[in-house]
Amino acid sequence: MMHDFATIWSQRDVVFAGLLNTVILLVVAGVASLVLGALLTPLLMSRHKLVARAASAYVDAMRCAPFLLFVYLIYFGLPTFGISMSNWAAGALALILYNTAYMGELLRGAWQELPVTMIESGKAFGFRGLTLLRRIILPPILLRAMPMIGNQMIQIVKDSAFLTVIAVSELTHEMTGIQATYFIPFAAFVTAVLLYWCICLAIEAGTGVLNKIAEERRA
Amino acid sequence: MTAFDYWSITQGALATISLSLASIVLGVPLGLALALVRWARVPGLNGIVYSYVSIVRSCPTVTLTLLVFFALPQFGISLDPVPAAIVALTVSTSAFNCEIWRSALVEFPRDQYDAALSFAMPRATRMRRIVLPQVWRASLPGLVNEMTLQIKSTPAVAVIGIVEITRAALRVGSNTYEPLPPFIFALVLYGLIVFVLIRLQRMIEVRLRHGGIA
Repeated sequence: MMHDFATIWSQRDVVFAGLLNTVILLVVAGVASLVLGALLTPLLMSRHKLVARAASAYVDAMRCAPFLLFVYLIYFGLPTFGISMSNWAAGALALILYNTAYMGELLRGAWQELPVTMIESGKAFGFRGLTLLRRIILPPILLRAMPMIGNQMIQIVKDSAFLTVIAVSELTHEMTGIQATYFIPFAAFVTAVLLYWCICLAIEAGTGVLNKIAEERRA
Repeated sequence: MTAFDYWSITQGALATISLSLASIVLGVPLGLALALVRWARVPGLNGIVYSYVSIVRSCPTVTLTLLVFFALPQFGISLDPVPAAIVALTVSTSAFNCEIWRSALVEFPRDQYDAALSFAMPRATRMRRIVLPQVWRASLPGLVNEMTLQIKSTPAVAVIGIVEITRAALRVGSNTYEPLPPFIFALVLYGLIVFVLIRLQRMIEVRLRHGGIA
């Protein structure tokens, strides 16, 4: 058994490349879906019935669909409309579009808890449109939703493992490759599980630190 | 898409439902057992359960499924795809269920437990008559929510060759060279299953509010 782990260590370049790719996917998808989610939230709360309905139809569709199905939909479906892209881009796009819906929804939850007086006084000071969103509404919402955003980031890490089915060379994919070459499934996948754990612990620590800063600012 | 294609994807839905049902039936009591270990602070076991829950909760279902299916034979336990899928799904859902049960147990009012103790109720009766009925009621919404998530993570077991909705749709798509219709039909099926679960959750919540089922 120790010999198996030694084999993994000798393949550390491949393992780290996969880990790096997973982290890059996490950062790209996390940042993009948070920004897009923040833009989606006002649409969800829009006073125009049609806009609000279209936005919540999108969110509901994403919440019903399993991520793998959505990956296939992007990967095999988009070329039908003449859009073809690399596996990595298709995977990243799927992660972003899927998680935007979740980010939008959880920011909406935080928005609804925001006292109306705050928005109204912002308006009274002449803030409008995107400036109102950026300066008055988003900061308290983001702070309040921080733990849930952290959870969603962990979900992105877990979703990224599905991208192995469209041959994106992330952690699980590289580990499957090593497993198939040397036939050391236990060592390979346990290493993968532990590395995923480390990523998630790092995310939790990160949101913890941000939460602390937020609480200090509030006090 | 022919009628047979629709039928084959619907058969995949049966696999999805029965696999999630099996993992839920096994995973909910297992989660309760794990939560009780943490609640009772069993020395030694407490730390193990804590790490187990933390690791499994951050582990992608795909990786877990691959681990169960490919690694267990190294220890002389070789499982067919279906049992391996059930094991992987159960392991993953039990960790989440453990947290749901535990948060209900933590919020359980201690004085009721002490009152039962002062009536000299034996430990088993205390659990069965006082703690469990209330904890069960508090965790039910969370458990149903976790079931919805569980349905959505079943496609992960397709990597070891189980034909559930997503994989069935993929097969139809690669036969007909028209990937969109089967995927959209699959989306509708998932939507239906999730919709039924959400309705169930609302119904349970309404009945709980009126002090119904225990």
